[in-house]
Amino acid sequence: MVFKLEPRAVPSRVMIYQSPIIAVLLTLLAGMVMFRLLGTDPLQALDAFFIEPISTLDGIAELLVKAAPLILIAIGLSIGFQANVWNIGAEGQLTIGALFGGGLALAFYEFETPFLIPAMLIAGTFGGMIWAAIPALLKTRFNTNEILTSLMLTYVGLLILSYLIHGPLRDPDGFNFPESRLFHDSALMPLLIEGTRLHIGFLIALGVAIFAWLFIFKHVVGFQIRVVGLAPAAASFAGFKQKRLIWFALMISGGTAGLAGVIEVAGPIGQIVPVISPGYGFTAIIVAFLGRLHPIGVIFSGILMALTYLGGDSAQITMNLPSAVTGVFQGMLLFFLLASDVLIRYRVKIN
Amino acid sequence: MKLPSILTSLAISAVSFLFLSAITVSQADPLKVGFVYVGPIGDHGWSYEHNEGRLAVEKKFGGKVKTTYVEKVPEGADAQRVINQLASTGHNLIFTTSFGYMNPTLKVAKKHPKVHFEHATGFKRDKNVSTYSGRFYEGRHVAGLIAGKMTKSNVIGYVASFPIPEVIRGINAVSIAARSVNPKVKIKVVWVSTWFDPGKEADAAKTLVDQGADIIMQHTDSPAPVQVAEKRGVWALGQASDMTAFGPKAHLTAIIDNWAPYYISRTQAVLDGTWKSGDTWGGFKSGMVLMAPYNKAIPKDVVAMAEKARIGIIDGSVHAFTGPIKDQSGKIVVPAGKVASDGMLLGMNFYVQGVEGKIPQ
Repeated sequence: MVFKLEPRAVPSRVMIYQSPIIAVLLTLLAGMVMFRLLGTDPLQALDAFFIEPISTLDGIAELLVKAAPLILIAIGLSIGFQANVWNIGAEGQLTIGALFGGGLALAFYEFETPFLIPAMLIAGTFGGMIWAAIPALLKTRFNTNEILTSLMLTYVGLLILSYLIHGPLRDPDGFNFPESRLFHDSALMPLLIEGTRLHIGFLIALGVAIFAWLFIFKHVVGFQIRVVGLAPAAASFAGFKQKRLIWFALMISGGTAGLAGVIEVAGPIGQIVPVISPGYGFTAIIVAFLGRLHPIGVIFSGILMALTYLGGDSAQITMNLPSAVTGVFQGMLLFFLLASDVLIRYRVKIN
Repeated sequence: MKLPSILTSLAISAVSFLFLSAITVSQADPLKVGFVYVGPIGDHGWSYEHNEGRLAVEKKFGGKVKTTYVEKVPEGADAQRVINQLASTGHNLIFTTSFGYMNPTLKVAKKHPKVHFEHATGFKRDKNVSTYSGRFYEGRHVAGLIAGKMTKSNVIGYVASFPIPEVIRGINAVSIAARSVNPKVKIKVVWVSTWFDPGKEADAAKTLVDQGADIIMQHTDSPAPVQVAEKRGVWALGQASDMTAFGPKAHLTAIIDNWAPYYISRTQAVLDGTWKSGDTWGGFKSGMVLMAPYNKAIPKDVVAMAEKARIGIIDGSVHAFTGPIKDQSGKIVVPAGKVASDGMLLGMNFYVQGVEGKIPQ
C-alpha cells in the first residue's frame, strides 16, 4: 500500500481559515493524551494550562502584556511574508529597536516631558528599520538571500546589546553588573490598569493591526504585495517595482519589531538588560502563520501563543509539570497547522 | 458536510472539557515555599543544586512545608510575572535564584509586603527581600592550587559565562592560587555569553584544549566541558555540583554550591516568625561552598596542600585574595600583607596577572 499526496484542483477557501481552529483542537486533544501519559489528570492539566492563568484580572493583564510584542512583530512579518520577503531576523531588529528607544530613555534620564515616550517609540521603530535596511540593501543590490542575512544579523544585534550593556549603558551604581539603570518614570509606558503591568503597548499593537488591515486590503501597495506573493511573474508584467516592495516589506517588519523592542524595555522590563526578549522574534513567525498572515488573525494567534507561555508557568506551579510542556504545546500547534494546510492543498491517495 | 459536523462536535467536547474541569483548592496549612530557576533542574549545575536545596527543605520539614518550583524562567519581562504568580498563589517564602531576577523580585516584593523574598547573587535589598550568595572564590582558590600543580602545559583553559564581577573574581582567584604554586601558569578565557548551553560550552572547551590547555575550568552550568576534557585526555574541574559522573578520569574535583543549610535555616526562620532581611555571603565556613571528592590521580602532597588551604580559609588564616596582588599592567591593587575587601571583591572588573586577554567591555 502506497500513500500519495495529490494536489487538489481548488483548495477550499473555508478550510484555509478553519485550519488554525482544527490545529488548536487537535493540539488540545493530543495535549490531553500527553497529560494522561505523564500520569496527571488531563482535564485538571488543561485547566491549569489554559484557564487558570487568565482566571484573574492580573492574569488577563499579563496575557495581553505578553501578546503585545508577539502581535506587533507578527503583523510586520506577515506583510513581508505575503510579498515573499522572508525576514527571519525580527529578534535582532527588536534588540536594536530596544537599544535605540532605551538609549534615548537613558540619555534623557530624569527629563520630565510627555514627549519622551513618543520619541522613544519613534526611535525604537527607526532602530528596527535600520537593522532591517541591511538585508534590504544586500537583497536589492547584491541579490543575497534575506533569510540568511537577517538571521545572522540577529546574532550581531545581540552582541551589540551585550557590548553596550557591559560597557557604556551599564548602571554606574550597579557594581559592574550588566544592567542599565532603571528607567525614570517619565520613560515608562503609561499603565492601562493600575496595579497590573498592562500598559498602552497592547493598544498600540491593536492600532497597528487595524492600520495594517486597512493598508493590505484597501491600499494599492497592499494590493501589490498580495499580487507579488501570489503570482510574482504577473506582478512583474504589471510593472510593479519589485525592489521597492522588498524595501517596503523589510522596513515594515523591521519597524514593528523595533517598536516591540522599545515597548518591552519601556514596559514590563523598565531597564535595558542583557536578555530583552525570550525569542519573540522567532515565536512571532509561528504567530504570523497561525494567524493566516492576516492582521486580525494575528491578534488572536498572538494571544493564544502568549497563553501557552503563561500556561507553562502555571502548569509548573500548580501541577508540577515540566517546563518543556510549553515547547511541546507550541510545537504541536505548528505541526497540526502545517499538517492541516497540507491536507487542504493535497488529498491523500492510497494505491 | 461531514467535516464541519465533526469539527462542531470536537469544538463542543473541547469547550465542555475546559469548563467542566474541577478546580481543586488545597488547604493552605503548610508553608508554601516557591523557587524560581533560570535553567532546567537537569542542568547538573547551578539550577540543579538549587533544586537539591529545595528537596532538602522538603525532606527536613515534611508536611510543614509545600514547595513549588518554576524552571527555565528567562531573565526578562517573564521573571516578574512568574514571581508575582508565586506570591499571589499563597507562597510565603520565595527564592529567586539568578542575578537577573533582582529588579523583578524587588518590584513584586513591593506589591506583596507580607511575603518573604530571597534573591541569590544580587545587591539590592528591601524590608522583605534578603540577598544571599556563596563565596565560590574560596573554592576557586583550592581548585587553582590543584590546577597549578597538575598542569604540564602551564595553560589553564577557562570557559566563562558573562563578564560580571562574580565570574571575574573566580578567574582571578584561580590565577592567584595557581601562580602561587607554579608562576609559569597562564589562563586563557573563552566567553560563551550563556549560563547553560552544552553545545557552546563544549566548543569553547575544545578550542581551549586546541590552544594548549591541559586543565579545563568552567563558570557555566552544564557538564559539557568536563565531558570534552574526558574525551581529549585533559583534566577538568567541575562547577556547582560534583560532575565526576561526566568525566570519571578527567574530573579532579568540583566546587559545590550547597544551598541546603541556608534554605533550611531561612524556612525555619519563616516558620518561627523570626525571618529578617539581610545579606548572607557564605563560604567554606558556613558550608555553603564545598569541595567534591578529590580524584585519586591527584598526588597525596597536592591533596594535603589543597586541604590545608581549605581548612586555612575556614579558620581565617588563608584568604584567596592576599596581597601583593598585581593587575595585568603590573600595578599593585592589593598591597602586601593586606587582603582584598568585600567591596573590592563584589565590584571586581579587572584581571590579575596571569590571565590572558581583556575583559569584554
